[in-house]
Amino acid sequence: MTPPLATVPLILTLTIDGQEVGAREGQTIFEVAKENNIPIPALCNLEGLPNLGACRLCVVEVKGARRLLPACATNVSEGMEVSTTNEKLQKYRKMVLELLFAERNHTCSVCVSNGRCELQGQAQAQGMDHVHVPYLFPKQLVDASHPKFVADHNRCILCQRCVRVCDEIEGAHTWDVMGRGINSKVITDMFEPWGLSESCTHCGKCVQVCPTGALFEKGKSVAEMVKKRQFLPYLNTMRKYHE
Amino acid sequence: MTKEIVIDPVTRIEGHAKITVFLNDSGEASEAQLHVTQLRGFEKFVEGRPFHEMPALTARICGICPVSHLMAAAKAGDSILAVKIPPTAKKLRRIMNMGQHIQSHALNFFHLSSPDLLLGFDSDPAKRNIFGVLKDHPELARDGIRLRAFGQKVIEFLGGKRIHPSWAVPGGVSSPLTIEVRDKILALLPEAKSIALKTIGWYKQAFGKYTAEIQSFANFPSLFLGMVTPQGGLEQYDGLIRITDENRKIVADKLEHSNYQSFIGEAAETWSFLKFPYYKPMGYPDGNYRVGPLARLNIIDKCGTPEADKEFLEFKQLDKGAVKSSFHYHYARLIEILFSIEKMEQLLHDKDILSTHVRATGGVNAFEGIGASEAPRGILFHHYKVDENGLMKWCNLIIATGHNNLSMNKGITQVAKHFVKGAKIQEGMLNRVEAVVRAFDPCLSCSTHSLGKMPLQIQLIDPEGKVADQTVR
Repeated sequence: MTPPLATVPLILTLTIDGQEVGAREGQTIFEVAKENNIPIPALCNLEGLPNLGACRLCVVEVKGARRLLPACATNVSEGMEVSTTNEKLQKYRKMVLELLFAERNHTCSVCVSNGRCELQGQAQAQGMDHVHVPYLFPKQLVDASHPKFVADHNRCILCQRCVRVCDEIEGAHTWDVMGRGINSKVITDMFEPWGLSESCTHCGKCVQVCPTGALFEKGKSVAEMVKKRQFLPYLNTMRKYHE
Repeated sequence: MTKEIVIDPVTRIEGHAKITVFLNDSGEASEAQLHVTQLRGFEKFVEGRPFHEMPALTARICGICPVSHLMAAAKAGDSILAVKIPPTAKKLRRIMNMGQHIQSHALNFFHLSSPDLLLGFDSDPAKRNIFGVLKDHPELARDGIRLRAFGQKVIEFLGGKRIHPSWAVPGGVSSPLTIEVRDKILALLPEAKSIALKTIGWYKQAFGKYTAEIQSFANFPSLFLGMVTPQGGLEQYDGLIRITDENRKIVADKLEHSNYQSFIGEAAETWSFLKFPYYKPMGYPDGNYRVGPLARLNIIDKCGTPEADKEFLEFKQLDKGAVKSSFHYHYARLIEILFSIEKMEQLLHDKDILSTHVRATGGVNAFEGIGASEAPRGILFHHYKVDENGLMKWCNLIIATGHNNLSMNKGITQVAKHFVKGAKIQEGMLNRVEAVVRAFDPCLSCSTHSLGKMPLQIQLIDPEGKVADQTVR
């Protein structure tokens, strides 16, 4: 018996950087580019976590669209023509990074994640060698109340990977976001010290997915924090298997 | 009528400073002051940071002696963890600290001070720098560069980079020594030792011609303070504090660094950002003491390695009692380089040196920690207070140059009195005043140092504030 047509995903054809590629309906530009080994920079995106579109580093140019679109939050469509690299995109990406660096106190040289930080890595990859806006130097909280981990909000870029992994993978939803705009911050429970959180299971997934040195293991010294993320695809596979 | 001579900036030192020489009515120097004109603020802005970051954070104070801060900070961290660090970690920290002593002493001697010694204090300032030395004495300059590189390589091999490694951590060190690294250092040792011996030989032959400088370069009685081994030997990393006087008589012995506040006070003056530590029982400013290579060699009974001990015996003969002329900081530095090379060799052959147990762990077991180590320029204290989560609440750092502050001021006054004659500025005189400061090797908490190329502005200012004479080079 022939299966109903609705269950067969629609195959679409589009071009990314002039390369003709095939995609399934419902996939994002970011996913399709990745499948075809076309790199698109990103900070909030992490395979295994739901897409958010927070960092705007993955912006791409789509022919006919009036503005740049985040590749991680834009679904592909038939005949779409996508550019992932050009001067304009490079300029915007650098600006995104400059704003991130200026917004909080990112001092790579004395950071636990120095040399392994995704923000630092992207700044290098995108050639961001100057910050053209004034640094804000805000006074940010360092929460070292947890027995195993530390949250240094000076280094947080609000990617919300911690929020997503805690909610979607661990199921604890200890982390969330408080405030709006520049006053936003990730918080534990109802903005209580992390060490007093009743929902936190001490699993450390948030620490491992954090792209910078904002969340780290207590006792780590400069450049010592190595994030281990092998658990994420494993847990996702197991979850799909059980579904 | 009082006049002032201002030397600004002082060149070939690490950091920024200026000197004012006050002249009396007859045009003779009556007093001189060394103004440290920069403020770093490290003690304030580390507040709120986890104490585990302190070694790497404070290492950033200086690009010349980051390892010294790394050691003192790691030791302060050890005492907050309240752990006894693994013996191998202690030995490895010692080796890195020796690399630091070698490279820093070589930098001062060859790059900063040798132009004065080799080319003469009255030679053309435009040529009186390491490039001038390279031109006139290429072999010695090359030796200096190679010796400094050796010290830097030791630091790099152990800590991953030459400047600002973050390898020493509270509880020990972050990675053990590998056989490859040990063998690499061992292979470089013979050349380093031969350069050290050769340079000492040359120095001893050459310093006879500087009688006037030896007599007048901060040559005065003072106390000497530093660490010694339990057997009274030369110590650079850990030990008990000994204080001796100008007769080599022990004034205080077996003092614990954790009690430093009971015997060291800190005074402040309005004309300098650098505090003036003093020996408390003698009060301020009488309790001035000297630290660093000269002090270390004046307080010990022996060095503790064969070649360095031979030189130490000769060093002791330079003066009756303690060696008091700060000119001999140079000789002391060379002996310490030799000692470090010999001691490093001994430690690298230690049977436990390759042990992988190099880090002790613990939580915040004490809310206060004090660490001290002998930096190339003298004893260094790091004193921290943390909250129950290990975040820094308060910090006090006493850096070697601070300890020497009173003595440096006394020293430049002495040399100015000897060499400043009349209100006209003479190049040789000015450089001698500077050279005294340089003999102390002050590290004014900054990695910058010029090679005799920075403009040197000197002004004579009369009491009405008018410029009586000035020169710029």
